[in-house]
This record gives sequence, structure tokens and C-alpha cells, in this order.
Amino acid sequence: MSVRHALLALLSEGPKYGLQLRDEFEARTGEVWPLNVGQVYTTLRRLERDGLVSSDDDGDDGLQKGYVLTKAGGKELQSWLDSPADAAAPPRDELMIKVLIAAQVPKVDVHEVIQRHRRHLVELMQRYTAVKANASDDDVPLALVVDAELFRLEAAVRWLDSADARLRRKPIKVAARESRTVPAGRLGVRA
Amino acid sequence: MTPVLQLRNVGKVYGEGAARVQALDSIDLTVNAGELVAIMGPSGSGKSTLLTIAGSLEDTTTGDVEVEGKSLPAMTRAERAALRRRSIGFVFQDFNLLSGLTAAENVAMPLELDGMSQRDARALAMKALEDLGVAERADAFPDDLSGGERQRVAIARGVVGERRLLLADEPTGALDSVNSEGVMRILHKITRAGAAAVMVTHDAQLAAWADRVVFLRDGRVVDQTEAAPGPESLLASATDGSA
Repeated sequence: MSVRHALLALLSEGPKYGLQLRDEFEARTGEVWPLNVGQVYTTLRRLERDGLVSSDDDGDDGLQKGYVLTKAGGKELQSWLDSPADAAAPPRDELMIKVLIAAQVPKVDVHEVIQRHRRHLVELMQRYTAVKANASDDDVPLALVVDAELFRLEAAVRWLDSADARLRRKPIKVAARESRTVPAGRLGVRA
Repeated sequence: MTPVLQLRNVGKVYGEGAARVQALDSIDLTVNAGELVAIMGPSGSGKSTLLTIAGSLEDTTTGDVEVEGKSLPAMTRAERAALRRRSIGFVFQDFNLLSGLTAAENVAMPLELDGMSQRDARALAMKALEDLGVAERADAFPDDLSGGERQRVAIARGVVGERRLLLADEPTGALDSVNSEGVMRILHKITRAGAAAVMVTHDAQLAAWADRVVFLRDGRVVDQTEAAPGPESLLASATDGSA
């Protein structure tokens, strides 16, 4: 989550005080990401150093100062909004690696491992859904944040479903791989 | 907590010999008043069979099913039909509304079949349509309703009167995700008001609305979710990953 760009976005509406920026940030991200005072202060100082915002100079407490977006700040905000999110990174997520390994470790039932992860993910989804169910239907920022999490988790569940089906149709042949890499004799077992 | 639906050691077998299929095997499931339970599982896992057996539309091969404390296998066909008209509501994926009847007539139908006067049935139907926010469409025919409206009418028919058990098979059909959420909010509200509901789905986002998710595979219950901790803990952990 880019606190930096969120602050630029808030300042694009007009000049604001540091404390006001913190409160508005929390309100608009559905209060899922509460910020501490230090985070806002440090980020504002860096934004000012980089010429993306400017402040009135009275007092040295960043939260009491008024801030305004510079022209460079406006450009930076637009270019961040337009730039693609990092979705093209190669898949290295932990869940995938666990299933891949579980499918090849002898005496481990990969389908049971998959079900444990599936249940865990669905339980997480239940908790996120409860957040939505308990919130007002009008709290759109909160719904957007929760939906993003739900779609991400749902994708993982669907991947598990597909991995489950794929491995039932065609299990990975563990024995063949073992004998190729480590001769059974060296481990003191008969093949 | 009052159990509305209880399945005890339920088994269902189709066919014989080489064609024998064990669709359900040793199913134990209790659904209490006020509870929404989702059944998840791959195609052929027995989800829909479980629902039709719970709704007394099919007999069990073994085991017992109780709805509001009454054992279905011990009932006559007529008694079961009466139970379906009075206590059990169904919501199907393709809505199953009768195209020659208006929305209100569709909703009133199970009550009229049960011997209620047309007037009383209409009044209850209007109340159900009102609860679902489609009262102003009461006199429209299904073909003139949008997908979301049709689904609300179908749910109204499922809950009209004093129904205690709602059985739903992929209840959001082909609705988009925002309309689907609307349907789930309704089911959630209905169970909070005291009904019991069982919903079969392959969609984890729908299942996540349930109080409990039961996982089915090859006709058996293989797992179910634990009672969830409060959402507060979730927000705290989301904060940790924010920087």
C-alpha cells in the first residue's frame, strides 16, 4: 500500500493539515489501514524533500503544518495511477510451493494438505465477509477493500480446486524421481 | 439452539451392480434455527443429492432425516408434500418461476396449494415481496423482470409464510457479483430472523456468507470450517502488512 501516493491523492483536493491527512486516509481506506502519526509525518517530510508537496513553514511539527500539492506532485500522482500494478511477477507464492512439495513428499497426502489450506482460506473469507455483512451498505470504501481481499482469496481457493482435480487425474510420480536422483541403496533401503 | 434439519448417518445409493453409485455415505449434519450452512464440493460430490434429500424430494437409502423434529422416512407421501408446502422453501439456480403467473402469484402458489385462501396467500406473498424489495413488481410476469428481480421473487417464494428451512442450490444463478451479494445479504438476513438455511455452491465467495461451510467429497463430509473469530483480529493483521 503506497501511503505516499495516498497522501498525494488527498492533497490533490486542496491544501490540508498533517493530522487531517491521517484521519482522511483512514476514513477512505475503510479504516483497514490505520496509520500512526510517525508514518504520516515521515512520509510528508520525504514528499517535501522530493518537491512533490510544499508546506507553510511555521512550526516544526509536521502534523500541525499545512501542506499543498506541487505541480510535480500532481504529475507523480497521475503517473502512479496509470502505471500497471505488479501482477506480472513470476508465481512464487508460499501456498503454491507447499502444494508442489506436498505432491512429491512420500507418505504425505497432498489432497489432505490441499483441503487444510482450502478450509483455512474459506475461514478467512468468512471473516472478511463478516466485516462486510456488519458494515453499512453505504460504506463503499470498506466494501472495495474487502472485495479486493475476497477476490484474491477466492482465486487461491479456485487454484487449490484445480490443483486437487489435476493431481487426482494425474499424480506426480514420486518413486521414479527418487530413484533417478538418489539410488535407493545409498539410503539403506530396498527399492 | 433448535435443530431445524438433522441428517443422521444418511446414505444414498443409485443403481445396482456395476452401475451402483454411492452418492451419499454416512452423512451427519445438523442445521440450527438462525444458521446458514454452505455445502461446498466438486461436481459429483453429492451436494445436490444432499439438498433434495433434506427437502424430502428424494428418499434416503439408509439413515434418518428430521425436519423440525419430524422424521421424513416415517411420513407418508402426502405428509411429506404438506411439510414441503408449509415448512420448506426451495431456491433453485434457474429460479423455476412459472411464466404464466405474475410475481405475486408465483410467491402465493405454495400457500394456495396448501389450502390457504387466495386473499390470505396474496397478503403473505406481498409481505415477502416487500421484505425482498420487489413489491412494486408484484404484478409483473417473470419475463418482464430483470435477473436480479427474478431471483428475489424466487427467494420470496422460498421464504413466504412460516417457512423454517430454506434450501438453496446455487441461489445466485448467473447474477453478477454485486447482485449476488444482494442475494446473500437477503439469505443472511432471513437466517438472522430465525430460519435455517442450507446452500449448495461451488463459489467460495458465496459460501463465505455462511456461518459454517461443510466440505463434501465422494458423498462424504470431509471437513468443515470452525466458528470464526471476530473480524477485529482480521483488521489488526491487515495492518501489519500495510507498510
